[in-house]
Amino acid sequence: MHRKTLAELATDLNNKTISSVELTQHYLERIHQWDKKLNCFITIAEEQAMQAAKHADALRSQGKATALTGIPIAQKDIFCTDGIKTTCGSKILDNFIAPYNATVVEKLNHAGMVTLGKTNMDEFAMGSSNETSYFGPVKNPWHLDCVPGGSSGGSAAAVAAHLTPAATGTDTGGSIRQPAALCGITGVKPTYGRVSRYGMIAYASSLDQGGPMAKTVEDTALLLQAMAGFDERDSTSIDKPVPNYAATLNDSIQGIRIGLPKEYFSDALDPQIAHAIESAVKEYEKLGAVIQEISLPHTHLAAPVYYVIAPAECSSNLARYDGVRYGYRCSDPVDLQDMYKRSRSEGFGSEVKRRIMVGTYVLSAGYYDAYYLKAQKIRRLIRDDFTAAFKNVDVILCPTSPTPAFKFGEKTSNPISMYLSDLYTIAVNLAGLPAVSLPAGMVNQLPIGMQLIGNLFEEAKLLNIAHWYQKVTDWHTHSPEEFK
Amino acid sequence: MSLTNDAINKIAHLARLNLSPEETMRYAPQLSNILQFIEQMNEVDTSEQAPLAHPLDICQRLRTDAVTEPDEREKFQKIAPEVEAGLYLVPQVIEEA
Repeated sequence: MHRKTLAELATDLNNKTISSVELTQHYLERIHQWDKKLNCFITIAEEQAMQAAKHADALRSQGKATALTGIPIAQKDIFCTDGIKTTCGSKILDNFIAPYNATVVEKLNHAGMVTLGKTNMDEFAMGSSNETSYFGPVKNPWHLDCVPGGSSGGSAAAVAAHLTPAATGTDTGGSIRQPAALCGITGVKPTYGRVSRYGMIAYASSLDQGGPMAKTVEDTALLLQAMAGFDERDSTSIDKPVPNYAATLNDSIQGIRIGLPKEYFSDALDPQIAHAIESAVKEYEKLGAVIQEISLPHTHLAAPVYYVIAPAECSSNLARYDGVRYGYRCSDPVDLQDMYKRSRSEGFGSEVKRRIMVGTYVLSAGYYDAYYLKAQKIRRLIRDDFTAAFKNVDVILCPTSPTPAFKFGEKTSNPISMYLSDLYTIAVNLAGLPAVSLPAGMVNQLPIGMQLIGNLFEEAKLLNIAHWYQKVTDWHTHSPEEFK
Repeated sequence: MSLTNDAINKIAHLARLNLSPEETMRYAPQLSNILQFIEQMNEVDTSEQAPLAHPLDICQRLRTDAVTEPDEREKFQKIAPEVEAGLYLVPQVIEEA
C-alpha cells in the first residue's frame, strides 16, 4: 500500500477500498518501525493524526471529500502548527508551540489531509545536508552513511522510505529540490509569491517559498493545487488565479522548446550525472521537444550573491529570537544584554551563528553598499539572464545537484564546499522562478535529479513537461531496497 | 578581506551573540573565506544597475489600516518564558533611584 502514489491512494479512498483511518495507521506503523533508523521526524502527531483521519472518513461518507481528503502528509517543521510543537530544527524553538497554523497547513487541513507529524530539517533551513539540525541528522534511505540533502531532508527521506505519501518543504536556495534529487523523489519550488509564507518561519524572506514533495509530478500537482493561492496575510503573496494543474498534465509537448544552459554543464558536474541528464534530453527529443543550448552568463555569481542576500535577511529575521516572548531563555540572566546574548548563543547552532554574523557584517555601517546593494544589483543581472532565455525557450533543463548524496561529515569542515552543493538551484530563487526536481537516473546506487526551470507563474507548463518524462521513464518508481 | 579576532567579536556583539575564544578562532578564518568568496561579485561593473529587492520587481501590497488579527493573548502568554499579571518579564532594565 505504501508504494502507491498519492493519486492512487486518492482513488482507493474514493472507491472505499481503504479508509483514511487504515491508511493513517499503516503509515504511523511504518514511522514507528523505520524512523529510529532514519530520524525523519522531530514530532510524530499520532493522536491528532488519528482524529483527523476519523474526521476525513466522516467527511467522505457525507460526500464532502476533496481529492486529498484522508491522505496522510508530513509537514516540514518550519510550518507553524497550532497545538503541535514547531522547532525549525533548532534548540531555540525546542519548546515552541505555535499559537496558529501556517496558511499552507490550514489549506491542507481544509482539503482534509492528515498530518502525521513534523519533519526534521537543517536548523532554520540553513544547510544542504541536514547535519545542522539540533535533533540530529536525517539518514538517506538509499545509503545510511549518506546525507539526504537539505534543508528539507526529513521530508525527502520520509517520502523516499514510504513513511508518508507526501510532505511539505521550503526552498530558499534549493532546499526542496536538492534533497528531492538526493533521495530520488519529486519536489516543486513554486514561483515566489505563489504559496503563502504566512506561518512559515522566515529564513531569507525575499527567497523563501514553500512547495510539495512526493513520489511523482502528478502527486505534486495535486498538492500544489491545494497549497497555492493568494493570502492577504502574506504581503508578498500574489493575487493571481491558480490554474488546474492536473488538467493539463497530459497536454502534448510536441514542439516544446527546451534550453540547456551551457554554464550548468561545467567541470563541477559529476560526469555520470552529465551522462544521465543527456539521456533525459534524448527522451524529450523523442517526445518531440526542440533542444537548444542557451547561456545564463552570470551563473557563477549566483552563489556569491546568495551568500550575501540570504545571510543578510537571516540576520534581520533571526533578531526576533531574544528570549523574551517565546522560545529558549538562558538560565539566571544577570541583565538584559546577558539574556539576549546567552539565550541566542546557547539556542543557535554553529551554522546559524555563522550566517547571522555574515549577514550582520554585510549590513553593518560602511559595508552595506559594497555587499548588500552590490548583491542586489547582480541579482537583477541574474534575473535578466533568465528573462532573456525565456524569450526563446519554454523551459530550462539542467542537473539539480552537481553530485549524488555525499557522506556525513564530508563537507562540514568547509562551509564553502557545502554552499556549492546548491550551485544549480540558487539562481532560481534569486530570480523567483518555479522549478521542479525529478528522479532521472542512478549513479553509484544513488538517485540523481534533473531540474526543470519554468518562467514566472508557469507551473502548469512546467509540471506538464515534467510529467511526460515520468510517463516514458520509471526512475520515479525506484525505491531503496531496505524500505520497500 | 581577512577578519581579525577583534573584528569577529565586534560582529558577534552587534548580532547579540557570545562567542567562546575557541569559536572566535574558528569563525575568523571561516568568515574571511566566505567574504573572499563573496568578493567575486567585484568582477562585475554594476554602476548602471538598479538593485532588485523583490524577485518579481514589484512593490509590496498595502492594506487598509484595520484591526484584523484575533485576540490570542492567552495563547501568546502561555508560551512565554516568564510572565506575571499578563506582562512579559525580563531582567531589570531601569536602575533604582
